[in-house]
Amino acid sequence: MQTTAPGRRGSRLLGWLYAAPTAVFVVALFVVPLLLVLKMAASRWPLLAGDQGLNAPDNLTRAVSHRLFHDSVVFTVKYTLLATVLLIALGLGMALLVQESSRWNNLLRASFLIPSALGLASASLLFYVLYSPYASPFAPLMRRLDLTFLGSPNAALLSTVFLVVWRYAGFYMVLMLVGLQSIPADVFEAARADGAGRWQIFRRVTLPLLRPTLALATVLCVTGSLLAFEQFYLLTKGGPDNSTVTVVQLIYLIAFQGQNDLGVAAALSVLVLLALVLLNALQLRAFRPEEH
Amino acid sequence: MTSTPGLARRRTLAAVMSAVLVLGAVACGGDDGGDDQGLAQAGATGVDDGSELTLWTRAPLEKQAKLLVEAYNAGHRNRVELTVVPNDDYVAKVGAAAGSGSLPDLFAADVVYVPNWVSQGLFRDLTTNIDGLDFKEAVNKGHLAAGTRDGREHVLPFVLDLSMLFWNKKLFTEAGLDPDKAPASLAEYAAAAKAVQAIGRDGVYGTATGLNCGGCLAFTWFPSIWAAGGEVLGADGATSDLAGDTAQQVFRTWADLWRSGAVLPSSAGETGPTWTAAFTEGKVGLMFYPATLLSSTPFDVGVAGIPGPDGGASTFVGGDGIGVSKDSRKSAQAWNFLNWMMSEQAQVEVLAKNRDVVSRADLANNRYAAQDPRLVTINQLAGRGDTPVALNFQQAFNAPGSPWLALVRSQVLQGGGDIRKQNDQITAVLKQ
Repeated sequence: MQTTAPGRRGSRLLGWLYAAPTAVFVVALFVVPLLLVLKMAASRWPLLAGDQGLNAPDNLTRAVSHRLFHDSVVFTVKYTLLATVLLIALGLGMALLVQESSRWNNLLRASFLIPSALGLASASLLFYVLYSPYASPFAPLMRRLDLTFLGSPNAALLSTVFLVVWRYAGFYMVLMLVGLQSIPADVFEAARADGAGRWQIFRRVTLPLLRPTLALATVLCVTGSLLAFEQFYLLTKGGPDNSTVTVVQLIYLIAFQGQNDLGVAAALSVLVLLALVLLNALQLRAFRPEEH
Repeated sequence: MTSTPGLARRRTLAAVMSAVLVLGAVACGGDDGGDDQGLAQAGATGVDDGSELTLWTRAPLEKQAKLLVEAYNAGHRNRVELTVVPNDDYVAKVGAAAGSGSLPDLFAADVVYVPNWVSQGLFRDLTTNIDGLDFKEAVNKGHLAAGTRDGREHVLPFVLDLSMLFWNKKLFTEAGLDPDKAPASLAEYAAAAKAVQAIGRDGVYGTATGLNCGGCLAFTWFPSIWAAGGEVLGADGATSDLAGDTAQQVFRTWADLWRSGAVLPSSAGETGPTWTAAFTEGKVGLMFYPATLLSSTPFDVGVAGIPGPDGGASTFVGGDGIGVSKDSRKSAQAWNFLNWMMSEQAQVEVLAKNRDVVSRADLANNRYAAQDPRLVTINQLAGRGDTPVALNFQQAFNAPGSPWLALVRSQVLQGGGDIRKQNDQITAVLKQ
């Protein structure tokens, strides 16, 4: 007994020591900045003049009553729905396509995954040139067909969604593949032995067993889409006619491009953070395994 | 969209928070600004004692800034260290530095932002020093006025960039137009654009502009209104006058040009990065174009002021003003640079030699300009052009999605809309 007590105390200390580096980083890079943003959101804080003291809740009302607030929320939700449905469906479809390992499938897998190796900003720049009616190699074709990729609100949205699907479909395919391969083969065999068809197997066996993977993929995709910034900043700058301003872009716009008001921008960031926490909690609950 | 969401979220937060951290640190640091006596004791020419000075500018003026700094360093004991910041990041960088009291000794600012930055106290009061210049009357009025608040002067012109009418002489000849005669009114401009369009060669267009770039549009379309004696802003820069008859005439001309197909199609979505590229490649007949690009336009072009609907000529006197920052501890040395920058030596032997515009009207007819009559045109117009002064200029005009952009796009691309309401939107932002 007497020898174990100091041993236990020692291991507890050792535990704290192991955890300390992570704890330091979490506090320095997450907790402290979070508190600062909260303070900023409650203060008058122009970019050029710095902290001018508390003014809550002015920033919040000004953020919500910004002339682009409503449009940006609607657009972000629209974009998120579109991107999530497409990415999850395509990711799953491609995963089913290349599920069995063969030489051709390995080649396919690799080619689906290659765009993921490109950074989103680089990919956006690449598509900026491809879509440009001036610099694009397709420019003559676009002129002849009177086609524009970024010139109208719907075209700009679809062109950006295409870029994002191109860039991320491979990533979601890999996620789905991992999920599919974790389903034991004998479940499928049993289903086939019972005379189930392909569609029945997919509906009744694959989808339910893929639930945790789908949950993860949806959470990733929804969160990522709601925070969309780079692709729209580079491709459309929110245009044409403010039709593609996302919420994060609005934050950037308020902070650095004109209004230069960090307080209002921080208030909007806090709103986005709260919305994300809420949404993620709801999603995880919805995907919780069914109780038997 | 979906790099790992944690990362993306953290990145977003980090963007705002890094700024917070910087600013937070400042708040604790207290206000220990620069040396307040330096400028008063600087004397007429300032101090040249081998100090290190820092200078920030934005990328579009890199060429001119480098030339000036190299020439100064070659002839002085002081050394200026130049930092060039990408255009889109400049406001954010200056903002963070202003908050943390770490602005460089000297920094340039887009002249349309100068009134706001002066009112925020980012620049030192240079009134005594500027009043001491015996050629003060000749210094560009637009830039001086932008940096003047309550009768105190804070800013001198660093590099002038004027919007001018450029035309491609080869395309003019092909279109059967006189290559040596500038269109004298906006109506003639439109007729010339349609004539070049009528050549009918693939990829050649009459004219081009940046219809999704608020800064480009203010820079090139305001002068048409000024040329007709109109105004774009109320006296205090808090109201917009862009629903007047002259302005409407300008928008109608462009709407007609757009409908006729004589405008480069990519102009509709152009946000700025490539708005001059097609002209520089010789594919556009005529265009309102920045004068700083004269030296890098490789073929024969004519240059004139921007005409109004029925004639006249004006220009937007843009570019950057420069001043001593509130945080400088070497303001007497910084004045030495500014004083040299305004001298005939720097204006003529550095700027004019590189075919740039001089900031002093009394040097408009210098020996380099004499070799190229186009430079005389540009230099002389600099004194008659205008620079709009408004505290919220960036938000009302330059920002992506600004109410000014909404007005132009509706009037020109859609050919209509309630212009009074759109103009009131601009006023609402200017008044904030």
